[in-house]
Amino acid sequence: MADEPNLEYFWPPREENVLIGKDIQRIDGIAKATGRAKYSSDINTPGTLFAKLLTSNQAAAKIKMLNIEPAKKVPGVRAVYVFPSAYDIATGESKEIRWDGAPIVAVAADRPEIAADGVRAIEIEYEPLPFFVDEEDLAGAEKAQEETGIERVKSLGDNTEGDVESALSEAAVVHKGYYGIHTISHCCLEPHGSHCEWDGNDKLEVHLSTQNVSGTPGQFAGPLGLEQTAVHVQGHYEGGGFGSKFAADEWDLACAEMAKTTGKPVRLMLDRATELKIAGTRPSGFIDVTIAADAEGNIIAWDSHHWGTSGMAGGTVTLGKIPYVFDFANRNRKATGLVCNTGPNRAWRAPPHPQLCALTMTAMDDLAAKLEMDSYDLFMKNLPNVSKGIDDRIDVYAEQMKIAAEMIDWKAKWHPHGKGGGEGAVKRGLGMALHTWGGGAGPCTCLLKVHPDGSVETFLGSQDLGTGTRTVIAIVMAETFGLTLDDVKVNLGSSRYPKSGASGGSITVGGVSSTHRMAAQKALRQIFNLVAAKYDVKADTLAAKGGQILSDGKPVCSWKQAAGLVGPMPLEVQGETTREGLTSATVGGVQMVEVSVNTETGVIRINDFVCVQDCGLIIDELTARSQVLGGMIMGISYALTEERIMDSHTGRYLNADLENYKLPRIGDIGNLRVKMYQPASEYNRGVVGLGEPPVISPGAAISNAVANATGVRVPVLPLTPQRVLDALQKGGAA
Amino acid sequence: MKSFEFANPQSESEALELMNENPEQTVVLAGGTDLISLMQADIIRPDRVVDIKNIDSMHDVQEADGGLMVGALNTLEDVLDNSRFADYASVVQAADAVHAIQIQSSGTIAGDLCHLPNCWYYRNGYGLLALDNGTSLPEAGDGRYHAIFGNSGPAKFVSASRFAPALIAWGAKVRIIGPGPDEAEMLPLEYFYTTPRTQRQGTTVLKPGQIVSHIWLPKPGGAVSGNYDVLQLEGLDWPLASAAATLTISGGRVSEARIVMGHVAPTPWVSHDAATALLGKTITEQTAQAAGDAAVSRATPLKDNGYKVQIARAAVKRAILRAAGLCEGGL
Repeated sequence: MADEPNLEYFWPPREENVLIGKDIQRIDGIAKATGRAKYSSDINTPGTLFAKLLTSNQAAAKIKMLNIEPAKKVPGVRAVYVFPSAYDIATGESKEIRWDGAPIVAVAADRPEIAADGVRAIEIEYEPLPFFVDEEDLAGAEKAQEETGIERVKSLGDNTEGDVESALSEAAVVHKGYYGIHTISHCCLEPHGSHCEWDGNDKLEVHLSTQNVSGTPGQFAGPLGLEQTAVHVQGHYEGGGFGSKFAADEWDLACAEMAKTTGKPVRLMLDRATELKIAGTRPSGFIDVTIAADAEGNIIAWDSHHWGTSGMAGGTVTLGKIPYVFDFANRNRKATGLVCNTGPNRAWRAPPHPQLCALTMTAMDDLAAKLEMDSYDLFMKNLPNVSKGIDDRIDVYAEQMKIAAEMIDWKAKWHPHGKGGGEGAVKRGLGMALHTWGGGAGPCTCLLKVHPDGSVETFLGSQDLGTGTRTVIAIVMAETFGLTLDDVKVNLGSSRYPKSGASGGSITVGGVSSTHRMAAQKALRQIFNLVAAKYDVKADTLAAKGGQILSDGKPVCSWKQAAGLVGPMPLEVQGETTREGLTSATVGGVQMVEVSVNTETGVIRINDFVCVQDCGLIIDELTARSQVLGGMIMGISYALTEERIMDSHTGRYLNADLENYKLPRIGDIGNLRVKMYQPASEYNRGVVGLGEPPVISPGAAISNAVANATGVRVPVLPLTPQRVLDALQKGGAA
Repeated sequence: MKSFEFANPQSESEALELMNENPEQTVVLAGGTDLISLMQADIIRPDRVVDIKNIDSMHDVQEADGGLMVGALNTLEDVLDNSRFADYASVVQAADAVHAIQIQSSGTIAGDLCHLPNCWYYRNGYGLLALDNGTSLPEAGDGRYHAIFGNSGPAKFVSASRFAPALIAWGAKVRIIGPGPDEAEMLPLEYFYTTPRTQRQGTTVLKPGQIVSHIWLPKPGGAVSGNYDVLQLEGLDWPLASAAATLTISGGRVSEARIVMGHVAPTPWVSHDAATALLGKTITEQTAQAAGDAAVSRATPLKDNGYKVQIARAAVKRAILRAAGLCEGGL
């Protein structure tokens, strides 16, 4: 830990920080707001061709006939590429098309509309095959499997702890419930895609919208038959990446191939419909659960079977993590995967915790209602049942619950489910949920340079997804050298820079901050030694603050003078992820929300939504809070409006647009309040990642608040007016 | 989007001339908020686009024929900003409920009246009737946003117009010009809409080569009105159902009532049942509720959209309460 004396690298004492832990705006904010920042989708080097895709309008099919010649004849079309995953153009052999939106042909042309003309000119005929897309319908999947002989249901295992049957027979209260959460699609503002440009036939320059700058050159090189040294991937600004942008995708390879055949740069970004259909989804989960407690509210048994889909892979929400955050002495669990003709899943922010939370904490909340207990008291009472591995966070959860309850005035506002009274059709209710995440530091390396003129810069093959990675790095360097943010420069987003891990799993901030603290401390010690020799002071008395080098608090020289001592060439040091002393892992977090439900229309509004979140040492509190707010907003989205709607008749993705794929707007997100939980014990843990945790609890918390408001559980997320009214009608409340 | 000829007439007669060289393959561009996306999706593939935005006479708002003659090109923002609409509260409320300044600033009132259905089957290329080898997709597939009235024929989509219920409840008329250079007629808006029975039929009586040039509103004459859109999202979103009420209240009791629902049928849906339920009554929560009940008493929901019956009921109730000043809108 940081307060242990013999560590080589450590954070400054909290009270001495000038920048760390303060509210600091993103250093690239102005560049982004003014358009100076160039995203991959902005790259438009001279002669760039624009590509469009022909995608499948079938859920399952073989291609009977494909004729790309008419596309080639469209004036301005420069390249036509047939995806090998769909069709072998040499032999005329069709592969199996397995979902709506699967790419079949790419066309590159002088202008986007000419590429679209080219796509339109392609002749294609399909031979439809049987499909299944109804992810909630386990019985339907079994029936389809029986009827067609095509695998639709996969057993994903089961396991048991203790003796559920005896526990249920001894329980004071037993609750049986059904809950669910539908598949959603990744919705990055900047869709997936790239700009590819060749230098001759053996060097490829790629601007890729990616979470994985250092890891993707090889993914281009292999399939293209290049040496990895021949591929340079850049991603300086990303328009969002939530787990779906780790790879060089087949459409990126198509882009590179077309750039090669035409000898011109090509840009291929997915259109919105294709983006929603094939660029990654979050698996669904539906659960039958029995949960039981003793008369005091101690939960003693859990028995569940859940199912859902991740697409053709036939996965669902991970079996081994349910129930979520908590585990109970007597527990059965079983999972079944449905094989659906839907676009494949990709990691979606905190996989698969939002679903686990929504399937677990709703059942716990209904159990509390059955016990006639305040939900808060049930969660608090069961903190001793927090799962092994995170049980050292029990006291933190208890503290966070108290803070959140005070913020939202839980005890004054809470009422038994459906007993809030209130005027007219609009009912108010409170709900809560807890979450956890790892967030340990990911791999990172950097090359940090202190130039003789005192300027400082770093190079690393990481990426800033928009969350403030650049800013965090700059803060760490500036704090360590006693400089301002303007004095340090961050160079990232190139695969030629020292390798850095992919940004996923909330591991980036721990990686980049510890790497740069290490590198900066190394460099500073070398400079202190030079200063000590030159000015005849002891190196261990020196500190860098306010652009000066101080000895026991007295100025010795300026930073620039000190930097000049390195000689005519820059001082270069390397840094790497340093877990000991600088970072830690595992966070908790609590969210509480108050909603209004219009029981006449089924429309829900968020009134007040609070989050208390720990994440160890906070480098930039402003961007930390922004991360949490972003998570809460994404959570409101999948809780209330956002879902993929598959058509059981055509097998198509019906709402693959941003009109019917409903994302919340400003007016839908209510009053959000964030409290970063940061007592000294958190600071002393070092840095822990924060990206995932705040998106986990909203589904369960909002569902619980709606149940509290109306007295009726709306079992499946998102809580659309349709589901709310159907539940109210079924529950006799409408 | 297919390549097209772009025409930019300066007068109604010039527009009609440009429309009628090849009327079947020509479309009118007003605000473009609907047409452009339909063209991008290749649902509409015209040879010629006639942009009518530079026709001055179609931007006017003037007193005429004992009422207000509103040029077709008035935008939603114009409706919100022009005090001449203040007495038509339901019309202003309909414009206000389009929670997107981009649509408000470019979308026009007549463009809204002619807005094509948002049916996801139509927008994915299955035609207005959403048929797949003779199977009705909203019935066999997912019809959660589809019609609960007027759906016994092949059309299951819902009329997309945000203004039509309020305007019909006011007894508005549309001025239709063309196809001949001197042809013009005034038609009650209620009779403007049609329910197609074949894939070749449209959603309005407009023939190729015709344009809506104006909308005429009668003098308010002391009537009050309200509009209520049930919106899932506060941002840009289509109502799950909406309703408009125009009421004449004498001596505290309703002497005349017009109730029209939107987004529940292939056309705006006039509810005589609801209007009748209100006659002679004082507007209260209970009488408004009874009118809502009456409005949906003959609904015929599909397998997936029974919930819309309740939403339409609530919309009617709230539109009536809003007309009477007993409800502010909102949640």
